[in-house]
Amino acid sequence: MIISLDPLLTEDFTATVIAIVLLKVLVIFVVGLVATMLMVWFERKTIAGMQNRVGPNKAGPFGLLQTLADGIKLFFKEDLLPVKADKFVFRFAPYLSFVPAFLAFAVIPVGGDFRGDTGGIVTWFGHATRVQLADPPVGFLFALAISSIAVYGIMLAGWSSGSKYPLLGSVRASAQMISYEAALALSFGAVVLVAGTMSTSGIVNVQETLGDWHVVATGFVPFVIFLMAATAELNRPPFDLVEAEQELVGGFNTEYSSIRFALFFLAEFMNTITMSAVIVTLFFGGPQPIRIGDTALDIPLIPNDLEGTIWLLGKVLVFLYVYVWLRGTLPRLRYDQLMNLGWKLLIPTSLGWFMLLAAQNVGQDRGWNTGVVTAVSIAVILICVMIVQAALKVSAANREREGSVF
Amino acid sequence: MELFVFVAASIMVLAGAIGVVTRSNPVHAALSMVLTLFGVAVMFVSLEAHFLAAVQVIVYAGAIVVLFLFVIMLLGVDKAEDVHTEPLKVQRPLALIVATGIAGVLVAAMFAGRDTIASGRASIDLPTVEDSDANTRQLARLIFSDYVVAFEVTSVLLVIAVVGTVLLARKRRGEKSEVSV
Repeated sequence: MIISLDPLLTEDFTATVIAIVLLKVLVIFVVGLVATMLMVWFERKTIAGMQNRVGPNKAGPFGLLQTLADGIKLFFKEDLLPVKADKFVFRFAPYLSFVPAFLAFAVIPVGGDFRGDTGGIVTWFGHATRVQLADPPVGFLFALAISSIAVYGIMLAGWSSGSKYPLLGSVRASAQMISYEAALALSFGAVVLVAGTMSTSGIVNVQETLGDWHVVATGFVPFVIFLMAATAELNRPPFDLVEAEQELVGGFNTEYSSIRFALFFLAEFMNTITMSAVIVTLFFGGPQPIRIGDTALDIPLIPNDLEGTIWLLGKVLVFLYVYVWLRGTLPRLRYDQLMNLGWKLLIPTSLGWFMLLAAQNVGQDRGWNTGVVTAVSIAVILICVMIVQAALKVSAANREREGSVF
Repeated sequence: MELFVFVAASIMVLAGAIGVVTRSNPVHAALSMVLTLFGVAVMFVSLEAHFLAAVQVIVYAGAIVVLFLFVIMLLGVDKAEDVHTEPLKVQRPLALIVATGIAGVLVAAMFAGRDTIASGRASIDLPTVEDSDANTRQLARLIFSDYVVAFEVTSVLLVIAVVGTVLLARKRRGEKSEVSV
């Protein structure tokens, strides 16, 4: 029975093997929590800088311990339970949101040397292993499955509060997350098509040079769609309709207080970090160094095994900044705009691009002329776009004539 | 190890299934169903059908039950329902007959296919460290070659469902909307 593609787990389960696995679990959990803490600080500080404010600066150097102080404060606050709440589900929902946020990180390769033939396998205490907790054969499908479970936390939190604003917030949230999951999965499909494998380490392994990075190899469009869909999936601005303060008080978590609120808060930031790592792994080579042709950018004095982690960290930081930047720049979308963007633009585009890549793949397999294949696929896509546009126009005209339905 | 996983997953499946029929609150029933679906996913993993397990969670737990919950929440049927009033009198006996029938057919199928179930595993490509996608590839080959007709017919069925919903939800021409703006 194969649990994971990690060579460590195909050996006998000795004490050392179990110790290594436990160590990985511990590191991921602790680093995850600390990273979340720092991410909250980073976001507040960066946003403050963008808005000409100082930001947190009292607790610790540069206000670094502000999140810790907030966390301690939340721990000691009174834990409210609304009278009309469904008690079990109300208590259970924060964990449904918190646990998946950490689980998804298990499949991300967080280091290792992918340059040679080793394929990211390092040797720890005499055991060959990957620098990732698990490498299931279905790889990122696991991450997608986990993110589809995360919907439950928000949905049930809103419903179990027994109050209408949280319910509205959670209904919005789940509709949004389900809609954007389709675009997310389709652009992920484009990566799988080019990489030829679903395992996370396999996807990193094929992105050797800058030209092999999937952001280039899949033609940039899937990356843009993935970034947008991921932002919507995370409920981050400009897609944070879930907590639209002006309309919904505080969204799905209005009735939550104390440590249960803290769990939602932590999950949100942990998800941001995980999603950035997923984007880096899928499109930007993960722990691979920047390499053009045969010359790789090598960090001096640091062994290659450790270098992967540094590269990943640097790339993830870029995306974390991008998320904060988006929050500081873009105004929130209206709900109908959000749904239009998801269903009428992102999903058709990602589907079309997926078919284009598939056609290219088949053409290469059969030895067809690449130019002809491209021309024919573009013609087909154009026809499809025209049909969709015509349908949209007809429905818009109908709406105009018959008046609004609601 | 395998036995332990099987027992744990079976307990999940059974507990969830019992929860679905016994809980009077529809949301709790839907959540019990998620537990069952997870148990089935665990069983798929222990049978090395990783792809099926992932799809099971993504499609059933992640989309279908979420839609169930959606309907329950939007229609406000999330109050405990009185199960003693029956709109259709034949419902219960009919359900009993169908349930026994399905159980009987399943058991019969298992007995009939005892030998193939045992030997069938040999013809399945299991994922290995060298070729992690062997299983998924085999599944894809089967769906898009041997079973392509069934696959396409299923997708047509789904399209019919979508078109039907649109037709039902659409306002007919000339019909006045009941809700004034």
